[in-house]
Amino acid sequence: MRAGFLALGALIGWAEIAMAQPARVVSMNLCTDQLAMLLAAPDQLYSVSYLARDPRASAMTQEAERYVVNHGLAEEIYLMQPDLVIAGAYSTRATVDMLRRLGVPVAVFDPSNSLSDVTARITQMGQVLQRQEAAARMVADFDAGLAALATNIDRAPRAVLYYANGYTSGDNTLAGQILLAAGFANAASEMGYMAGQKLPLEVLALSDPEIVISARPYPGASRSEGILDHPVVQALRADLAGATMTDHDWVCGTPYVLRAIQGLATARKALTGTEQ
Amino acid sequence: MSRLSLLLGLATAGLFVASLLTGPADIGIRESLSALFVGPADPLALVMREIRLPRALLALIIGASLGLAGAAMQGYLRNPLAEPGLVGVSGTAALGAVLAIHTGLSATFALGLPVAALIGALLGVLLVMALAGPRGTSLTLILAGIAVSALAAALMSLVLNLSPNPFAANEIVFWMMGSLADRSMLHVWLALPFTVVGWFLLGTLGRGLDALTLGEDAARAMGIRLSRLRLQLVVGTACVIGAGTAVAGAIGFVGLVVPHILRPLVGAHPSRLLWASALGGAIMLLTADIAVRIILPARDLKLGVLTALVGAPLFLHLILKLRKERI
Repeated sequence: MRAGFLALGALIGWAEIAMAQPARVVSMNLCTDQLAMLLAAPDQLYSVSYLARDPRASAMTQEAERYVVNHGLAEEIYLMQPDLVIAGAYSTRATVDMLRRLGVPVAVFDPSNSLSDVTARITQMGQVLQRQEAAARMVADFDAGLAALATNIDRAPRAVLYYANGYTSGDNTLAGQILLAAGFANAASEMGYMAGQKLPLEVLALSDPEIVISARPYPGASRSEGILDHPVVQALRADLAGATMTDHDWVCGTPYVLRAIQGLATARKALTGTEQ
Repeated sequence: MSRLSLLLGLATAGLFVASLLTGPADIGIRESLSALFVGPADPLALVMREIRLPRALLALIIGASLGLAGAAMQGYLRNPLAEPGLVGVSGTAALGAVLAIHTGLSATFALGLPVAALIGALLGVLLVMALAGPRGTSLTLILAGIAVSALAAALMSLVLNLSPNPFAANEIVFWMMGSLADRSMLHVWLALPFTVVGWFLLGTLGRGLDALTLGEDAARAMGIRLSRLRLQLVVGTACVIGAGTAVAGAIGFVGLVVPHILRPLVGAHPSRLLWASALGGAIMLLTADIAVRIILPARDLKLGVLTALVGAPLFLHLILKLRKERI
């Protein structure tokens, strides 16, 4: 019964959004920021999150300069008087609830965990912004770009993604899918680590990957990133020290993922020495 | 006494081997132990020599330091509630280490990390001793400890929150609870020199502490120079706690629990209690570090969680006991 009411509410909310193109949109999540910037009509998008200007996380820092910045706080977003707020599934729950209580429509986007999620999110963004045609074009371009990157490879080198605090990304994550699309095999997933989770240093050592791909360290020291200086990680990275790093193209399910795949495929070719 | 030391020594050795054999990677006993000593530098040897060996060594070294420092402090202050973690010395050592990491000192100068932690610990001991006074009651000692701990924790949290590094703020937990996960031989070499100096300073306190059980006047009459005794205690504690906290964070309650359990077994002689507590501390920390790897293998449960679960109830028990005695 309650679920029925919720579904009805969602339908009404959906109908409201679908009726007219929202004219003053606020995005409060790094990934929806970038999709909205790519798809919004001129002047349709009013504000993006402060992370959209962070060069480590965002692939669109220059574009983000054109928008007002928000910090995901209900108060500041309400005062922007948006007719649509776009949030991520991991945005602060309290903020989203508060905005809904205040009568602001909120569209919530799930994070992308695969390459097919990327096109699904692009389509979803096209719907909430009433920019379906632009979204359809972008999906077609993305699929074409992905098809162009697909190659037959003789041998998939075994790689591990390893980040601060010993976290890895397995096959069931966007970063893991980027790795596979670039022609690598994920050595962490071979050991049973499929999600974004902690990979003990011992297991990393025993998985004996050919390459360890990590993120660039942030400014200012931290113990969490110190694990990447551990002799075990250093020994595994010795051949290609610092050669391959993840960056802002890896973070979100946007068309920039293609750039990440391309860069990584180049690193694979350097590693295997084939021109395939 | 000799039977006790034999027993403690055997338990320490057994737990050390058990620690070498505990970990998320599933390796057989014989192949893991042989990979430790012989064979090529394959992944298995990397696991044993660069991950498990430093972890077991650090648990041994730091556990012994904590037990020894606890016994020495309790002997000098003649107060069973004194313990480096509880009186805030571990907290000020952690503050020193955090400052060294986040000012870049430890990156430019490798020994900067233990030295800064040592200075932090030194200031902490001096502050607590000054606040509690040489003949301070349990109450003043605990209050001074609370004040020093709270101040150190607040300053440390401030430094970590001000850091431009987004991971820094989450490390408050590590510095307050302690962990030996993912340490390397480098950390053993950073901690060991200062620790050995500290062990020597604290380990030779025995005669003075024994004399002190008869009262300060009697100790003086027996030729003990109390100012020298105090200096030795302060510097020794700062050395072992500074070096240990710099690489493993602040681990509380070991120095409280171990001397309390062992005191009746050594006939309440502070000199015997010192070395027994060193072994006992190693046993407790090795056990705790094996337990965190068995309870939550992939999550890095902090050591301080387990030591506090054992230590805090004992602490309450001691407070109740002291209160009854006073009435």
